[in-house]
Amino acid sequence: MSESSAQQAHVHAPSTGFWRKYVFSLDHKVIGKQYYALALAAVFTGMILSWLMRIHLVWPEAKIPGLELLSKAGAPGGVMTPEYYLSLLTMHGTLMVFFVLTNAPFAAFGNYFLPIQIGAEDMAFPRFNMMSFWITFLAWVVLMLAFVIPDGPPIAGWTEYTPLSAIGKDAGPGMQWGASLWGLSIAIFCAASLLGSLNFIATTLDLRAKGMTLMRMPLCTWAWFITSCIALLAFAVLLPACILLILDRHAGTSFFIPAGIVASDRVQPHSGGSPLLWQHLFWFFGHPEVYIAILPSMGIVSHILINSMRKPLLSARVVIYSMMSIGFLSYMVWGHHMFLSGMNPMSALAFSFPTLTITIPATVLTLIWLGSLYGANIQVNSASLFALGFISMFVSGGVSGFFLAQPSIDIYLHATYFVVGHFHMVMGVASLFGVFAGTYFWFPKMTGRFMNEGLGKLHFWITFIGAYCIFMPFHYLGLIGNVRRYQSFVNDFMAPYIPLHKFITIAALITGGAPFISLINVVQSRFRGKWAPEHPWNATSLEWSIPSPPPWNNFGDRHPVVYHDPYQYGIKAAKGDFVMQDSPEQVPAVGD
Amino acid sequence: MGKFFAVVLVVIALASAYPIVKHHFPLPEDISTHGHLIDKQLHETMVEAGIAFVGAQLVLALFLWSFTGRKPGAPLKSFPGGAKGLVIFAFVIVGLEVLALGVLGQKAWASVYFTPAKADALQVQAQAEQFAFYFRYAGPDGKFGQIHPEKIDEGNQNYFGLDPENDVAARDDIVSGELVIPVNKEVHLMLHGKDVGHSFYVRELRIQQDFVPGLDLSVHFTATKTGKYEIVCTQLCGLGHYNMKAYLNVMSQADFDAWLKQQSQ
Repeated sequence: MSESSAQQAHVHAPSTGFWRKYVFSLDHKVIGKQYYALALAAVFTGMILSWLMRIHLVWPEAKIPGLELLSKAGAPGGVMTPEYYLSLLTMHGTLMVFFVLTNAPFAAFGNYFLPIQIGAEDMAFPRFNMMSFWITFLAWVVLMLAFVIPDGPPIAGWTEYTPLSAIGKDAGPGMQWGASLWGLSIAIFCAASLLGSLNFIATTLDLRAKGMTLMRMPLCTWAWFITSCIALLAFAVLLPACILLILDRHAGTSFFIPAGIVASDRVQPHSGGSPLLWQHLFWFFGHPEVYIAILPSMGIVSHILINSMRKPLLSARVVIYSMMSIGFLSYMVWGHHMFLSGMNPMSALAFSFPTLTITIPATVLTLIWLGSLYGANIQVNSASLFALGFISMFVSGGVSGFFLAQPSIDIYLHATYFVVGHFHMVMGVASLFGVFAGTYFWFPKMTGRFMNEGLGKLHFWITFIGAYCIFMPFHYLGLIGNVRRYQSFVNDFMAPYIPLHKFITIAALITGGAPFISLINVVQSRFRGKWAPEHPWNATSLEWSIPSPPPWNNFGDRHPVVYHDPYQYGIKAAKGDFVMQDSPEQVPAVGD
Repeated sequence: MGKFFAVVLVVIALASAYPIVKHHFPLPEDISTHGHLIDKQLHETMVEAGIAFVGAQLVLALFLWSFTGRKPGAPLKSFPGGAKGLVIFAFVIVGLEVLALGVLGQKAWASVYFTPAKADALQVQAQAEQFAFYFRYAGPDGKFGQIHPEKIDEGNQNYFGLDPENDVAARDDIVSGELVIPVNKEVHLMLHGKDVGHSFYVRELRIQQDFVPGLDLSVHFTATKTGKYEIVCTQLCGLGHYNMKAYLNVMSQADFDAWLKQQSQ
């Protein structure tokens, strides 16, 4: 199996011509960069939407310059309407969850580095790979169309709960064509993700170089592999769910709509459906999605931490098994989003227990990272700062999950800002920290140049401190019962807490500036950055055994042979304190 | 910079914990018979999660302080006990915590959901719609009239689609925009969703339950203190979601009886 790639001719010819080279490229590295670019477009859009929402929340009458250009109906005179707030909220969530948190850590970095790290020339199915990106791109275009149609984007949130999302225009503005575009976009996205994850799985299993046993794969490759297994099962459920939603909306079916509901003074012409069915299907995808977002970052962070510590983790095996357990358990917990949904209260206990149990592998991971730092020689740079920041964020976002996993506490905290704080920290910020760490770490590989360290550190400090200033108070607001998804706080008890909301908005405006610093850094360093030497980080894995940027066929005509575990650091070897995976040099092995 | 990071982490850990320790964000007063169980569970979880949070951040800070900026070639050390000790620690400590919270801690949930409402509980039906709540009492006959979706007529205040002409039980039903209940008496609230998903949330009652169209759901609770409390919708239901609220008015039994009498006239 592992020799098969070595014996084959090149999987595809070098790309020539503009279209094949930069647009419809078969090269996994170009496709990885395309995913990254798409994630960038989505993350800046999503972040600007969160700025708009935060400004509106605390200054509801504020005229926001330019907003009227985006939507005349949604912001007459530049003042946001309540329904437009919900439109932006829906688009923010959808863009961030699907097009950023799935695309950046998994599809972008996975595409670029998984084949190289296992010593392959490309993905197993380069054409499928190209298709999965362009189908994802199509999904993004369809979603963004919702901004320009007269009806505007849907207002049902990224979860698109039925019947609100299923009954069409009677449900409110944005629910006529906006919601249809949403369903279509996500269905297309699912199809692309299925293609992508199959490709990842096939590549990992079939194209490993000689000597690259499963246990010799770097931890990020393991994380991408486990993630692709999760994604395959999760998107396979969301895809039919979206198709059924579209059928309910346009073909008169009633999968998610019961009989006898009256909206906009009209008895809806449906019968026999169940709103809870949508919730089950959605969350059967939705919870594993959290791990699709965070697992790749766990892998990337482990990979970078080990390099910065100059010694292996206490146990790579334990990290791999923990990530597997998290992936496995992620399929048994979706009901914790639905404790109060009206499903049988007994099932709340059945969902609560595995949810709490996930704490065990998550704690094991954290302790392994922390324990490994002990006695290390930690090199501080932008990449390792973000990797270390990831641990802090993962803990902070993780502990609040302990509250929400308990149905009795959920009675009080469900649908409050406590939940918003929890998932933003753990699946949003922590996951993005993995992406940032990966960007600073692999930039020299991708371009041959370093990113600017000063700007990188500035990016880190603003983001790290800013994220705490924004999301920690969210938890406090949840404790006093501040309900989420409100465009303004008309509740009597909220008045004393408006100053805290203002503080959060200001923190968000400042923190949101940091990614722009990073963007400038990426663009400037791409053209003017300091040239990186062959071994900028003295790292061991295969991506560092080839030129930077890598040639079209990665290893040229060489067929790499792997002799070592991925993280042989802290040893005495010819090149220094590390030995490359494909170096035939004999050294006593470290780690497990 | 590693040492600076360590200091920042200590500041973040302590600053985050401070408002909690100082009770700057207190839960609202509990006015239910079951709420203290939820509050106790939340408090215990806060202590455990708080220790884990502060502890982990401080350990991270300590290691950053100690193991960054070391001289090149400084000897590497391994954590005493290695991975095995940490894995056993995680399984035992977190495992016990999971067992404690996951099994023993379900008392509060059970008190709300696993015990049926008492036979003499006050029966009230709540209807949620875009963007209001309405409450219906059975009236002197103790029977609710049937809901006919096609007869719902907001203009004529027939919010529940009652048919008093043909339905005797519907004739004495009382409909109110405010949930009025007697203190210290159990209330069995039946939830009817008219259009899309909504939720019934009263912070002080420690009760939150979704309205699901097509599904008959109910909750029961006993309020222990008179007063007016906000009922808010917590399930995104459309453009007016943020403004969908009603009031819970808890009265003495005598005041409640008088109110009911006045309403039925």
